[in-house]
Amino acid sequence: MNFTLFVTVALTGILFVAIVTLLARLIAPRSFNAQKEEPYECGIPTRGRSWMQFRVGYYLFAILFLMFDVETMFLFPWATVMKAMGPGGLLSVIFFLFILVLGLAYAWRKGALKWQ
Amino acid sequence: MFNFQDITTWIHGMLTGTLGLPEWAAILTESIGVALAVITLYAVFAIFLIYMERKVCAFFQCRLGPMRVGPWGTLQVFSDVFKMLTKEIINLRQTDRFLHNMAPFLVVTASMLTFACLPWNKGAHIIDFNVGVFFFLAVSSLGVVGILLAGWSSNNKYSLIGAMRSGAQIISYELSIGMTMLTMICLTGTMSFSEICADQAVNGWNIFRGHLPAVLAFIIYLIAGNAECNRGPFDLPESESELTAGYHTEYSGMHFGYYYLAEYLNLFICAGMAATIFLGGWAPLTIAGLDGFNEVMAYIPGFVWFIGKAIFVVFLLMWLRWTFPRLRIDQILSLEWKYLVPISMFNLVLMALVVAYGLHF
Repeated sequence: MNFTLFVTVALTGILFVAIVTLLARLIAPRSFNAQKEEPYECGIPTRGRSWMQFRVGYYLFAILFLMFDVETMFLFPWATVMKAMGPGGLLSVIFFLFILVLGLAYAWRKGALKWQ
Repeated sequence: MFNFQDITTWIHGMLTGTLGLPEWAAILTESIGVALAVITLYAVFAIFLIYMERKVCAFFQCRLGPMRVGPWGTLQVFSDVFKMLTKEIINLRQTDRFLHNMAPFLVVTASMLTFACLPWNKGAHIIDFNVGVFFFLAVSSLGVVGILLAGWSSNNKYSLIGAMRSGAQIISYELSIGMTMLTMICLTGTMSFSEICADQAVNGWNIFRGHLPAVLAFIIYLIAGNAECNRGPFDLPESESELTAGYHTEYSGMHFGYYYLAEYLNLFICAGMAATIFLGGWAPLTIAGLDGFNEVMAYIPGFVWFIGKAIFVVFLLMWLRWTFPRLRIDQILSLEWKYLVPISMFNLVLMALVVAYGLHF
C-alpha cells in the first residue's frame, strides 16, 4: 500500500505541473518579439556563452559532501538499533566516527574548506 | 486520541463491501482521493504561507502589508495566483528547451513527495515507510537536481551563478539535517514517522526527553533547515540585489509560480519535520502529575497540534529571515563545514552516550 501511495503522489506531482502548465499556455496571451527571446542581462546583449567552465570551489564541496553523505548513510542502521545495543553499540561506532572526523580534519588541514 | 485509521478503514470497507468494487478499483478510487487531497492541501498551505510571510514581514518592518484586495488583504494571494496563470510562458531562443521545461517537474514532485511524508494525525499519514526518515532525506535531495537543471538550462549567467550557489549550499546543509535526524533516531530507535510520533505520545516530546543533545540538535536543524529552503540569511541563490532572481531568472508566468510554490511548501515541510521529530508531531503536551491538564490537552485533535506546532516553527523561521542580514558564500560554507558539522557529530556521540546509559527522561 505504501508503494502504491508513493507512485500515486509522484504521479500527482507530475500531472499537477503538466495540467497547470497546459492551462496557463491555453489562457495566457502570446506575442512574438525577437528582443523578448534574448537572455535577460540588464538590457545589454550577453557576451559569450553561459555554458562555460565554472570555478572549482563548488565542485570541491560537492565531492566532500559525497564522501560524508555516504558515510552518514552507514550510520542510519546503527542509530535505529542503538537503544538495544547499549554501551557496546557506542563503542563500536566510535571507531567509525573517528575515521569520519579524521577525513574532515584532513580536508580542513589541506585547505579544502577555505574559499579562495 | 482520535485515530484517523478508522476513517480510512471505513472508506475501504464501504468501497469493497457496500459498493462491491473489486480490490484494484477500490485502491484506484482511494488513490484518486489521495491525489486530490494532496493537491488541495498543497495549494491551501502555499497560499496561507505566502499570505503569512507577507504579513509577518510587513509587521516586522512596521508596515501593514497587503490591505487592498479583500478584508486585510486576504484575497491578495488568490489574485496573484490568477495573475500568474494568465501570464505568458516565454520560450527563450537559446535555452536547452527540454531541461528548461523539465526542471519545474522535478522541483514540484520532490516537494510533494516530502509533503506526503508528514504525519498529520494518528493514522493520517500518506506515505509511511518503515525507513521514513531515510526516504525523506533521499527525496528532498531530488529538489537540488531541479534547481541545478533550471540554472544550467537557462543559458543565463545570473541563473548559472544562482544555481551553483544553491547547489553548494543545499548539499552542504543536507549533511547537518541528516546528522540531526540521526541524533533523534538514536533516541527514538525507529525511522518511521508514525512510530516516532507514537513514541512521543507515550514518552513525552523528544526535545524534553533528550534534554541537552536534543535542544542542540533542534537549533542546528533550524539553521540548516533555513538554509535548505534558500531563505533567511541564506538567500544567496536568489539574492535579488545582485542576481535579479537567481536560478529562476528566465522563468516566467506559471513556470516561475512552481518555484514560488515549492519554496513555500519546502518551508512548511521543514517546519513540519521539526514539529514531527522534535516537538512531538500530533502528540499533545502532557505534564506528568497534572492529570486534569493532560485530559484537557488530549481533547484537542492531533492535527490541530501538528499544524499549530508547524506554524509556530514557520513563524520562528520567518523571524530569522527578517532579522538577520545576508551572509557571503564563503561565510555560509565555513559556517556549515567548520562549525555545524563538527558540532552535530559531537552531538551525535553525546546523544549515543545519553541513550546508552539511559540518561534521558
